[in-house]
Amino acid sequence: MARNVALDIHDGAYVNLGIGIPEIVAGYIPKGHEVIYHTENGLLGMGKPAETGSEDSELVNAGKKYITAIPGAAYFHHADSFAMIRGGHIDICVLGAYQVSEEGDLANWSTGNPNDIPAVGGAMDLVAGVKTIFVITKHTTKTGVPKIVKKCSYPITGKNVVSRIYTNLAILDVVDKKLFVRKLAPGVNFRYVQEHTEACLNRYHEKTSHQIYEKEQ
Amino acid sequence: MIDKRVNTACEAVECISDGATVMISGFGEAGSPVELIHALVDQGAKNLTIVSNNAGSGHVGLAALIENRQVKKIICSFPRTAISVVFPELYRAGEIELELVPQGTLAERIRAAGAGIPAFYTPASVNTTLAKGKEQRDFNGKSYVMETAIQADFALVKCAAADKYGNLIYNKTARNFGPIMCMAANTTIVQAGQIVNVGEIDPEHVVTPGIFVHKIVEITNPSDESKLVAENLKYHGIKY
Repeated sequence: MARNVALDIHDGAYVNLGIGIPEIVAGYIPKGHEVIYHTENGLLGMGKPAETGSEDSELVNAGKKYITAIPGAAYFHHADSFAMIRGGHIDICVLGAYQVSEEGDLANWSTGNPNDIPAVGGAMDLVAGVKTIFVITKHTTKTGVPKIVKKCSYPITGKNVVSRIYTNLAILDVVDKKLFVRKLAPGVNFRYVQEHTEACLNRYHEKTSHQIYEKEQ
Repeated sequence: MIDKRVNTACEAVECISDGATVMISGFGEAGSPVELIHALVDQGAKNLTIVSNNAGSGHVGLAALIENRQVKKIICSFPRTAISVVFPELYRAGEIELELVPQGTLAERIRAAGAGIPAFYTPASVNTTLAKGKEQRDFNGKSYVMETAIQADFALVKCAAADKYGNLIYNKTARNFGPIMCMAANTTIVQAGQIVNVGEIDPEHVVTPGIFVHKIVEITNPSDESKLVAENLKYHGIKY
């Protein structure tokens, strides 16, 4: 999944990676591509995780993990950091998800359970402001419940915000509030993916205008 | 003559009164002014409203202030972390109020107060439960939510170095909310790792200009909050 996301990040992109699985994406960026990572707590030019023994508690990423800064990095305060996000300056954001709807609604901040402590962080700003939102997630929950749904049952982070979903079964595009299968995982067919998806999936080869889109890629 | 230096953290926070709104810099442990917060625990002001990105870790710093029952309400973006124990317990017991704000909205509400802007419209949180009850308005075909500025009585901020005029520089990602909190408080109290002579900070490198700062105390070798948390220390006032 992470490799597939990395292949879709263009050379020269400014990218914000969410916490957890999205962080792994950085390791798969093709050689020769230069990508600048933004972390919303105030750094453009995030480098590799800090090596054991050289951690600096004042150099952390949004997940509060110890990191390094690349030569050419810049530090800034929170209002500037979110100006980069909200102002549309960041090209791509990769986030995890509880659920994604067929219209591209994302739920990734709250389960809605009143016993859980609500926490939102920067997720709502990211989906509202970054040009392209990629979601990386398992296709279903641990118990097999589809995470790609008709309508999110969890509280949403943003409406019509997701462009593409990378799962262990497929890559799905959200186009005009419909889901199109862009790529299937090895050994998986369309029907199998549909069976594990609550939302209705579409094929690109159907006579739609998106055929052109597919060829362009 | 302008000299904003004070001798001790206790002296610096003396003026904080019951019921005050206090901003506290830091993103998790990075940039958290631990010594100033502990001085506030010792000072004992109650019914405080705290504005900070998180709600404290372990039993030190902001968590110690909450554990000492000095905080009535917290305005933050992310109170749920693996090492946050004090806030969740009081929140579940209904003994502390939470205003949850998206992180960028929190930053901009603070910046707006410092810049004399009473409210603004943001695309963040549109169509979500966090926008409930807030004015919504369309500009150029897109929806936005109105958010109001957060003005504070006091800000407690950590920086790397300061001069007596209050010019500040920070260290790496410990900068985070510091500069905007300095702008948004009536009284900004700063703990600096070092106080240097006027002129030693290159004017081109000043991050927070001195006009936004009111009191500075030098805390050389400040506690590393993440280490205090890792050692599971508890702040009991005056000592651990």
